[in-house]
Amino acid sequence: MPLALNEEQRMLRDTARDFLQSNAPVSLLRELRDNNDPNGYSTALWQQMVEMGWTAVTIPESYDGLGFGYLSAGAILEEAGKTLAHSPFFSTVALGAAAINLVGNDSQKQTLLPEIVAGGFTVALAHEESNHHHPSQVSVITSVDGDSLTLNGKKQFIAEGGTADKLLVTVRTQGDVNDQDGITLLLIDRDTAGISSKNITMVDSRNYADIQFDAVKVSSDCVLGELHQGFATLDKLFDYGRICLAAEMVGGAQAMLDKTVEYLKDREQFGRKIGTFQALQHRAAKMFAELEITRSAVVAGLAAIDDDSDDLAALASTAKTMANETYRLITDEAVQMHGGIGLTDELDVGFYLKRCRVCIHSLGDSGFHKDRFARLNQF
Amino acid sequence: MSNLEQFRTETRAWLEANCPASMRTPQKRSEGVYGGRRATFPSEDARIWMERMIEKRWTAPEWEEKYGGGGLSREEGKILAQEMEAMGCRKPLVGHGFWMLGPALLEYGTEEQKLEHLPKIARGEIRWCQGYSEPGSGSDLASLRCKAEDKGDHFVINGQKSWTSDGDKADWIFCLVRTNDTGKKQEGISFILFDMETPGVSVRPVPLITGEAHFCDTFLDNVVVPKSQVVGEIDKGWGVAKALLVHERKMMSEIERNMPKPKYSTVDYAKNYMAKNADGSIRDGDIRDRLATHLMRDQAIKLSQQRAFEEGMAGYFDMRVSTIFKYISTEEKTHKDTLVVDMMGMSGAGWDTERFTGDEHTKTYEWMSNKALTIAGGSSEVQLNLVSKRALDLPEH
Repeated sequence: MPLALNEEQRMLRDTARDFLQSNAPVSLLRELRDNNDPNGYSTALWQQMVEMGWTAVTIPESYDGLGFGYLSAGAILEEAGKTLAHSPFFSTVALGAAAINLVGNDSQKQTLLPEIVAGGFTVALAHEESNHHHPSQVSVITSVDGDSLTLNGKKQFIAEGGTADKLLVTVRTQGDVNDQDGITLLLIDRDTAGISSKNITMVDSRNYADIQFDAVKVSSDCVLGELHQGFATLDKLFDYGRICLAAEMVGGAQAMLDKTVEYLKDREQFGRKIGTFQALQHRAAKMFAELEITRSAVVAGLAAIDDDSDDLAALASTAKTMANETYRLITDEAVQMHGGIGLTDELDVGFYLKRCRVCIHSLGDSGFHKDRFARLNQF
Repeated sequence: MSNLEQFRTETRAWLEANCPASMRTPQKRSEGVYGGRRATFPSEDARIWMERMIEKRWTAPEWEEKYGGGGLSREEGKILAQEMEAMGCRKPLVGHGFWMLGPALLEYGTEEQKLEHLPKIARGEIRWCQGYSEPGSGSDLASLRCKAEDKGDHFVINGQKSWTSDGDKADWIFCLVRTNDTGKKQEGISFILFDMETPGVSVRPVPLITGEAHFCDTFLDNVVVPKSQVVGEIDKGWGVAKALLVHERKMMSEIERNMPKPKYSTVDYAKNYMAKNADGSIRDGDIRDRLATHLMRDQAIKLSQQRAFEEGMAGYFDMRVSTIFKYISTEEKTHKDTLVVDMMGMSGAGWDTERFTGDEHTKTYEWMSNKALTIAGGSSEVQLNLVSKRALDLPEH
């Protein structure tokens, strides 16, 4: 498994860095928030990302993609994390396209993947049904009647739920609420009759929604993969998402570490730079060390996706746990070391602190992942 | 067949014929052969193995023959090491002379010094110890005060050295002394060699919390040492000492690599010592959480070392990252040692040899002895200073 980016990946990363630093600084997020933007992201920015080919990075060349893989997608997400650049990239490319590519049939792949590359539609993963991530908690009851399926139930905290063109929904076609068997993946149009959604404002100023399904009728063409057997794919898809989200989190943590260290070199108290105080130096040094080992776990996770490695699950839990702990440590310390001004809205630090809060609980907090990791290792 | 291939074939045959079977088994901590005037051997085979290797001149295979070495090329030395590793051969003779003083003498010593000392190291005649730390100079080594007074053709040394490992068993010492206290503290230090039997040298072993006493306090009371025994220039010993530290780190990582693979994994200890729920999971939630955390971090650290290596090969490694490794890996190791004895419970707190298994003893011992890892070779606090300065460029004043 390669842990060093190759030249092509480094070039993409550098391009992404330049583009996002210029076109999507934190001030863009601030502007969207202050204007109560209904999308929560800049559609013009997203269009530019499509034009630069970012929607193609993980999609195979046979479907108009670039086939660069997840090390490249992770590099883009890390750079996006640095400026808190928000777009449908994560939900549409890292998750949506991945689901189609993993279990879609030929016709689904041939129609849908090139359309994602071209920016034709965006996707939101509609899965969670409570305030904590739970992979098999699926109670959107779906009856199957020949070629037709009928959905009833509710999904919560759906990232991009208010804007996505299509929903990747996990539904229960068999069994009881927490069973792994009997879960089916559907990709349905958001404007299908019977779907109603309510936007949620979260601390990170991105768009989320609760979505209600009332006797929503869709055709069996919407099924991704096999009926009732969706859990294995879902588990893998979550791992892709956990690792990609962790990549974004590493970027955010890096930006906060850099900003905090810069402040320590600038701020004076008691007649000296506060960065000369060993109490602060050691805490900053620990932040750096934690970030570097977290980055390694995340890069290994991205490489594991590309290699379809057997270690994917354990690495995903490792990467997400470490990203949770490190991003929290660094954003908490960033506020503390900035002192009072760290609590002002004028400073960007608060945006990262809030983004971190939502990231931690997306796709599994540390308790969830340590438990999962322990099970995977049979203890 | 190329010369190197022939060398490999011959080396393998010679080792096969000369290395006793018991010297091809994993070595315990207490079984190292250090030589010296009062050499002891853990077994007769160990003595035979050392003597055969000395005769073959392969105790220091790459040193020149005039210095008691085997005169092998770098490639040949590598082949010998590979063949010994493949056969599981123990090191016939080890010690500070090979790891540290030898390489330093080769770099900084005069021809006379090399001819005088290197052959005795290679033949196991003289065992060396290191006199660096002092009661008041640990992490801040350059502040050392052990005074060497200039008396024309010789120095008179007065002071005390701490943490002299096996000082009571060694024959000679390489020592850092203060020869000048007028300028910067690093600039008045000299690197000097003398016999531990010189009048005025006395040694007292210091018992540790493990019950062992490998380390000694060394007292120097009007010790007379000829100036010809200074290595490198007078007042310039700090450079020699720093070069030697590099060899010390290399030696430490080699020892680490040659350690026998542990019999049990950390997860095995959880399985063997902890109560479990019906589904096989550890009942104690705190231990289960710490075990998961440790395994994740341990892997992330190993991945970081691998990433550093690969990025180095690709030519874009960020050197700042290398500052974290000593700190983060030794901290994680001590967390693991504590976790293992916690999992063993009372069985991980035994001193009595009868009541506890050998492995329980080893783990309890490691919990105590490995506390040194975050202190020796630059304490965690010194490492964090380094990260702060070199990686984050935070100001000192």
